[in-house]
Amino acid sequence: MAAAGAAATDLEVVRGKRAALYFAAVAIVLGLPIWWKTTETYRAPLPYSEISGLNALQLRLMVPITVVFTRESVPLDDQEKLPFTVVHEREIPLKYKMKIKCRFQKAYRRALDHEEEALSRGSVQEAETTLAEPQEQAEGSLTVYVISEHSSLLPQDRMSYIGPKRTAVVRGIMHREAFNIIGRRIIQVAQAMSLTEDVLAAALADHLPEDKWSSDKRRPLKSSLGYEITFSLLNPDPKSHDVYWDIEGAVRRYVRPFLNALSAVGNFSVDSQILYYAVLGVNPRFDPASSSYYLAAHSLPHVINPVESRLGSSAASLYPVLNFLLYVPELAHSPLYIQDKDGAPVATNAFHSPRWGGIMVYNVDPKAYNASELPVKVEVDIVRVMEVFLAQLRLLFGIAQPQVPPKCLFSGPQSEGLMAWELDRLLWARSVENLATATTTLTSLAQLLGKISNIVIKDDVASEVYKAVAAVQKAAEELASGHLASAFVASQEAVTSSERAFFDPSLLHLLYFPDDQKFAIYIPLFLPMAVPILLSLVKIFLETRKSWKKPEKTD
Amino acid sequence: MAAAVPLAVLALLLLGPGGWGYAEPLRDSLREELVITPLPSGDVAATFQFRTRWDSDLLQEEVSHYRLFPKALGQLISKYSLRELHLSLTQGFWRTRYWGPPFLQAPSGAELWVWFQDTVTDVDKSWKELSNILSGIFCASLNFIDSSNTVTPTASFKPLGLANGTDHYFLRYAVLPREVVCTENLTPWKKLLPCSSKAGLSVLLKADRLFHTSYHSQAVHIRPVCRNARCTSVSWELRQTLSVVFDAFVTGQGKKDWSLFRMFSRTLTEPCPLASESRVYVDITSSSQDNETLEVNPPPLTTYQDVILGTRKTYAVYDLLDMAVISSSRNLNIQLKWKRPLENGYIHYQPAQDRLQPHLLEMLIQLPANSVSKVSIQFERALLKWTEYTPDPNHGFYVSPSVISALVPSMVAAKPVDWEESPLFSSLFPVSDSSSYFVRLYTEPLLVSLPTPDFSMPYNVICLTCTVVAVCYGSFYNLLTRTFHIEEPSTGGLAKRLANLIRRARGVPPL
Repeated sequence: MAAAGAAATDLEVVRGKRAALYFAAVAIVLGLPIWWKTTETYRAPLPYSEISGLNALQLRLMVPITVVFTRESVPLDDQEKLPFTVVHEREIPLKYKMKIKCRFQKAYRRALDHEEEALSRGSVQEAETTLAEPQEQAEGSLTVYVISEHSSLLPQDRMSYIGPKRTAVVRGIMHREAFNIIGRRIIQVAQAMSLTEDVLAAALADHLPEDKWSSDKRRPLKSSLGYEITFSLLNPDPKSHDVYWDIEGAVRRYVRPFLNALSAVGNFSVDSQILYYAVLGVNPRFDPASSSYYLAAHSLPHVINPVESRLGSSAASLYPVLNFLLYVPELAHSPLYIQDKDGAPVATNAFHSPRWGGIMVYNVDPKAYNASELPVKVEVDIVRVMEVFLAQLRLLFGIAQPQVPPKCLFSGPQSEGLMAWELDRLLWARSVENLATATTTLTSLAQLLGKISNIVIKDDVASEVYKAVAAVQKAAEELASGHLASAFVASQEAVTSSERAFFDPSLLHLLYFPDDQKFAIYIPLFLPMAVPILLSLVKIFLETRKSWKKPEKTD
Repeated sequence: MAAAVPLAVLALLLLGPGGWGYAEPLRDSLREELVITPLPSGDVAATFQFRTRWDSDLLQEEVSHYRLFPKALGQLISKYSLRELHLSLTQGFWRTRYWGPPFLQAPSGAELWVWFQDTVTDVDKSWKELSNILSGIFCASLNFIDSSNTVTPTASFKPLGLANGTDHYFLRYAVLPREVVCTENLTPWKKLLPCSSKAGLSVLLKADRLFHTSYHSQAVHIRPVCRNARCTSVSWELRQTLSVVFDAFVTGQGKKDWSLFRMFSRTLTEPCPLASESRVYVDITSSSQDNETLEVNPPPLTTYQDVILGTRKTYAVYDLLDMAVISSSRNLNIQLKWKRPLENGYIHYQPAQDRLQPHLLEMLIQLPANSVSKVSIQFERALLKWTEYTPDPNHGFYVSPSVISALVPSMVAAKPVDWEESPLFSSLFPVSDSSSYFVRLYTEPLLVSLPTPDFSMPYNVICLTCTVVAVCYGSFYNLLTRTFHIEEPSTGGLAKRLANLIRRARGVPPL
């Protein structure tokens, strides 16, 4: 009876133990994963390795150059070797993580008959118009014509010529090393017309470590899909001056052609406004010697702030705004001049502020005051104003003055105020800048997501990241194969996608959900459930250890 | 914008020839107007209107050049193809019973209604974007307008301007009653005025005075209007209106007299040189009716009579563009005085400041015999900061009792006695006149229960659910893992022993 009872008790004990173990197993195998799965934040997979690969990306910027040799440009035996291709590659030394290599691919060929004929004309401009091919040259490519050493196409003291389109002319030489010498001259001209260190350093100014001249390079606007240009006439004293400006005509005649030439860079919208009673933030000083007022160079930074609140942000778009202000000083403060650092008046009476716009002070002709009573009617000489504003616009877009190689004839820009190869330089710079921005954005996004595990990554954010990575790679490939236009488009796409992913509001959903609140919520459930399981596990463990030790002792 | 670099380089550009003059007449005009109306209750209403008219078709021109019309609003019209836009931001409520009918009433909070052109394809998307942009322009929470508070009325809110068809599909209307209007909304509104707040009537728009009022309503109305009498082409009209009602008791120490300086703490000094019309109208209707009870200074040069809102009104007109109005004293401070005092009494009111100072309202009233006088004060219940709730919030908040101090005429004339000699209970208050005695009465304190949020609700729910789950789980676990023994029947339980004890006592054999 007792033995049977003991056996039944043993059976009960084993069953109890087994039940406790099953509980523990179910809690660990089923409960924990379900809890983990249902409470985890959704994080779509991201191409982390590819993003970190972008940092070590090597950019090869290829400039395809077609070099056309006329009959008497090089010795005859050299002519026999044509056509062939020479590649000139060099690394651009920048303190940047991306390696940038510049590659000039020179395709040498003989001149065709019509080219020979055109290049034998009297002046280089004439030759250029005849050579103007029916189809436009692709963005980023160059054509260099090599003419005979004694050709009268160029003035005798000039060795080369840079045209407003994507063409240049270089003198040839009758020499054994003709190709080498001409090759060096071509590179010199091509560098002036396409990629230089300066252009790339300016484009990457935001990503390069600070140095002493970098503030000057941060002048251009950041790359964007579009730009808004606003011309504002500030008339702080409408009681004395009734100012009229023909801005509609000026925009039509001068600004629009320039922007049309730039249209590959982005969308532009232009508008203008007149603001009354808008004053500058600085009181001008009086100069008794010339009985005029002046604004010193060091006070110019304080001029803009009070005006800015009146300018009004552009309500209708998200593009960066460039402001050009024409300031007609009030009667009490005129004439007003801007002084440079040395105290001399600035010839244009204008200054510009990096990434913001420009201000020009327009003094009313003092003779006007004698003639009539107030208010004086003032007609703005719009040509003078637009010259300054367009020059500032070029600077703010980062179109620097070209560095002409020695002994080079340089044609000025055509009526639109922009040379085709200047546009190319801008596109190179903007593409590289876009790529740098996109990779920086992607890298910091990947870092952020890796560091903070609370961030939700939705599928659409992930797809934007994939799109951005693909666009960066595509842009790099297109740059390497010399397709500038499509590379620029791809780089813009990369920036747009990467920023859309970075600024997606869904990333912030669970960011501020602190850990202590999580514990506060789960402990009332977990504590009563976990304690019995743990206690019985400990008990089982102790008992099994005791039962293992017993047989050892008997031995 | 901090850094500015002088421009040293001037590019010589080949620019085409120029040649122009004043090719066309100015295509936009500005009219400004201020109407001051003394209200029946003794308050003063001031209504500003600034009207900019632009003879241009904003919807067709690609490059837009703005002069008087603000660029920010013009861009909105062309980008979102607006036909009409009406936005009002209001603080307070126009009390028609005391103040009479308003020129233009607006609901408390923010109200926005917009007619889109019939070329707009996705009206709801445009409406959403537009309200977001307006929210940015006017620093108001208009971005909270969404489908849950937007309606499309079909009968009211017809277009106020020129309209060909009225398909209500293109109308959207929303009100945000919660919106609080403050200085930050006034500043962008003032910026839209061509003369900003530097000249003309807009000089008076000083924020700290305009918001120290019982009613403040600012509005923007944009609509297309006829350019000429035959209506051959369209012009755009922007009306900016601002109505305020000044509380005469707070600003005027209980008197109904007012002046521009007392109301706005500014005077008019010069007209806006851009305005083609700039006038101040003062309602002097009661002057002509009630035999000159009020006096306006300086005397108006002209008056204007018309039937406004169903009643005949007389206005004194001051034209700021008329040199004589301002040049006499270099500034214009219109003053209005009531010639005979309207009522005797004294009211002193000191408004409260949150958490610093309570309200104080003192009134000196002569009560007629056998009358009931009732003084009631309306208040709003406010939500406190969560740390300010008392440990027992159900008790409520106390409002201290009111005090009535009165000199009550005595039934019997008491004979004057020496103050030092008389019993103490009769000499508490000094009595100057033996025909009356002094009483001070207190009312009960008032207990106000403020709304109390339940701070712990979510956590309670979690804890309760978890406890229920834990209890179920615990008993279940216990049942399953407990080892059950078969108990050997021993000497017996307590009941058995007790039974045996009793049986033994009875002499019955034990169990």
